[in-house]
Amino acid sequence: MSSKARIATVSLAGCFGCHMSILDIDQRILQLADLVEFDRSPINDYKDFQGRCAVGIVEGGCCNEENVHVLERFRRQCDVLVSLGDCAINGGIPAMRNNIPLRECLEDAYLKSPGVYNPAGTVPNDPELPLLLNRLYPCHEVVRIDHFIPGCPPPADAIWDALVGLLTGKPVAPVYNRLKYD
Amino acid sequence: MKQATAKVTGEICRKFGNDRTRMMDIVLEVQARFGCVSPDAMEEIARALGTHRVEVESVVTFYAFLSVKPQGRVVIRLCSDIVDWMKGYEEVAVAMAKELGVTMGETTADGAITLTRTPCIGMSDQAPAALIDDVVVTHLTPDRARQLVRDLRRHLDPHQLVTMVGDGNNAHPLVRSMVRNNIRHRGAVLFADFVPGSGLRRALELGPEGVIREMKESRLRGRGGAGFPAGMKWEMARNAPGERRYILCNADEGEPGTFKDRVLLTERTDLLLEGMAIAGYAAGNATGIIYLRGEYRYLLPFLTNAIEQRRERGLLGRNLLGRKDFNFDVRIQLGAGAYICGEETALISSCEGLRGDPRNRPPFPPQHGYLGCPTIVNNVETFCCASRILVEGAPWFAAMGSSRTTGTKVLSISGDCRKPGVYEVPFGITARELIEMAEADNAGSMLIGGPCRRMIGPERFEGRICYDDLATGGAIMIFNRARNKLEIAEHYLDFFIEESCGHCTPCRVGLILLKKAVHKVVAGAGEPSDLAGMRDLSNFIIRTSRCGLGQAAPNPVLGALENFGDLYSGLVTERKPGLLPEFDLSKAVVDAELRAGRQSKYV
Repeated sequence: MSSKARIATVSLAGCFGCHMSILDIDQRILQLADLVEFDRSPINDYKDFQGRCAVGIVEGGCCNEENVHVLERFRRQCDVLVSLGDCAINGGIPAMRNNIPLRECLEDAYLKSPGVYNPAGTVPNDPELPLLLNRLYPCHEVVRIDHFIPGCPPPADAIWDALVGLLTGKPVAPVYNRLKYD
Repeated sequence: MKQATAKVTGEICRKFGNDRTRMMDIVLEVQARFGCVSPDAMEEIARALGTHRVEVESVVTFYAFLSVKPQGRVVIRLCSDIVDWMKGYEEVAVAMAKELGVTMGETTADGAITLTRTPCIGMSDQAPAALIDDVVVTHLTPDRARQLVRDLRRHLDPHQLVTMVGDGNNAHPLVRSMVRNNIRHRGAVLFADFVPGSGLRRALELGPEGVIREMKESRLRGRGGAGFPAGMKWEMARNAPGERRYILCNADEGEPGTFKDRVLLTERTDLLLEGMAIAGYAAGNATGIIYLRGEYRYLLPFLTNAIEQRRERGLLGRNLLGRKDFNFDVRIQLGAGAYICGEETALISSCEGLRGDPRNRPPFPPQHGYLGCPTIVNNVETFCCASRILVEGAPWFAAMGSSRTTGTKVLSISGDCRKPGVYEVPFGITARELIEMAEADNAGSMLIGGPCRRMIGPERFEGRICYDDLATGGAIMIFNRARNKLEIAEHYLDFFIEESCGHCTPCRVGLILLKKAVHKVVAGAGEPSDLAGMRDLSNFIIRTSRCGLGQAAPNPVLGALENFGDLYSGLVTERKPGLLPEFDLSKAVVDAELRAGRQSKYV
């Protein structure tokens, strides 16, 4: 294993928009490659950890049991865990179901909605499908989170600055117009 | 029915001149008449006052003693302050609820009696206590509570419950209350003899500037808690541009554990009214308002009579003491159960017939206060002191107390002590001396200044009561060593959450987050970093809240962290990385397991 810092990223109940924003650092990704080695991440498609990581970046909150399992694994494997984007921090769009009982959500989605064609009248229940949680949990309600980068998605510059700060141990000054959304 | 409501409501509005600024009086009277301020009544009030219904609704829904839905013909408000808990609140509450056949917050099926609870009603020295409509009942026990309920069911007249009256003016025919004064120590300023008119006479000799000079030389600081120099405040109001000025007396003694103003209002009424008149003379062309907390409504007829008597004696009203063009009169504005109204700008809002929302400062009330006019807001005790300063002179007053806090202070001492009550002592007295005076043998901690200050332990008992050390508006609560300090902190955090006006986010939301953090730690699920988080969040709330409530609300928790830190740190442990202890996957998937008919493979 090289001496470069290792980074892992994952998208839980997110839309991969935050990962797109990571890619938006454009050619700086070459600089990043000099600084770090990517461990488990959709970027290299590693499905599990290769070793201990310095930084874990989590997009999206937890909507099902597998999300919880993955997040727990990230917490155990990474020295520093970062919630990236509004879904990881606040739940975001997936949290819109939080005031509706799970049964109603499923019945509306698979049985009752206009346009649903479901003659069998069943809700998908393959053993491979992870069980949904009773509500969407933001990451910091499931494991301890060290840093939060807000935004939907957070701008690439904010991600870049945060990563450089974490890897070099230098404090990051928040930039006003990157945290101002109106 | 609807028409009858509209008719009576309309009459009540007319009685107050259809004046928008008298909204509090109007809704209080409607509430008293109908047991609620119904949507119909709100509609009618809005019409009569030429305002919007939402304006009326915002007032009605803000104050605890007003309600949109009908309440019982009699409302029992059991005081649930911490001292009441210590003295047996829980047993009394259970007994009352059982006898009534309701749970807390409910009304009996026949619509006769509502049982609810309320924060400190200013009776901590005779707890557990309750308000039954405006009648105060004290020293409750489960047996007495049951008997009260049985009697009340029979006649539904709270006044008939008073069979024994208290001492002093509590026995006055216009008060007739079982409340006791419990004056344990009389000092040289407030509880000394006073001839009505003597202070005012001296004021007229000195002239307005002379009065202000005297006040400044006395170095009297506001007795409400903040300690702003009274003379300076009076001078600012006098010098502010404007035709009319107002003298507001803050008798909204809401800080839990404070009850000394209740005793001053009962026994030193002349001292207060005279102090207000002196302030009115110093400010020039002024009118007085006493903002009396709703909990002290039982004193209203007595105070109204005292005002009337002073008018007859030429000490209030027109041409005071025969001096032409010196007019000063006082009206009483009744509150309706809102702690925040003790904050001076919220008090002004309430006097103007609005929600008790605090305002931005500056401008400060002496420049821009009640109805935009220069306004002096002082505590009951401050005005009482002013009367005595005028009689005895500033040097006499300034010679008492400690070097930087002159005079005496009336303290309300309650909690785990044998002699709870009112003590007038010179500033500079130590906490330990108070403990000895009140005969608290086993004192383990004290709340000096009430829950808006930080609780102290024995290592601070040598501290002195004054604005530079242990500052207080009058509340001194003593807790014995066995009391659970974290429970007390949580109790008062709940109190502040309940009393937050909700205007600014750090206070409204921050306090809930703080409560969650405290819960987590107390439940044994916390880590050391949670304690740091609690401290950060507390300081954030203090720094960013708009008014004194938010700036004080984290103090119960901060006090416990600062002075009893080992209590919290003993509850937290460093954990291995993994799921947070408060997250329970098995509970989070239970709905899905039932639905899918299979078990989670991760539990």
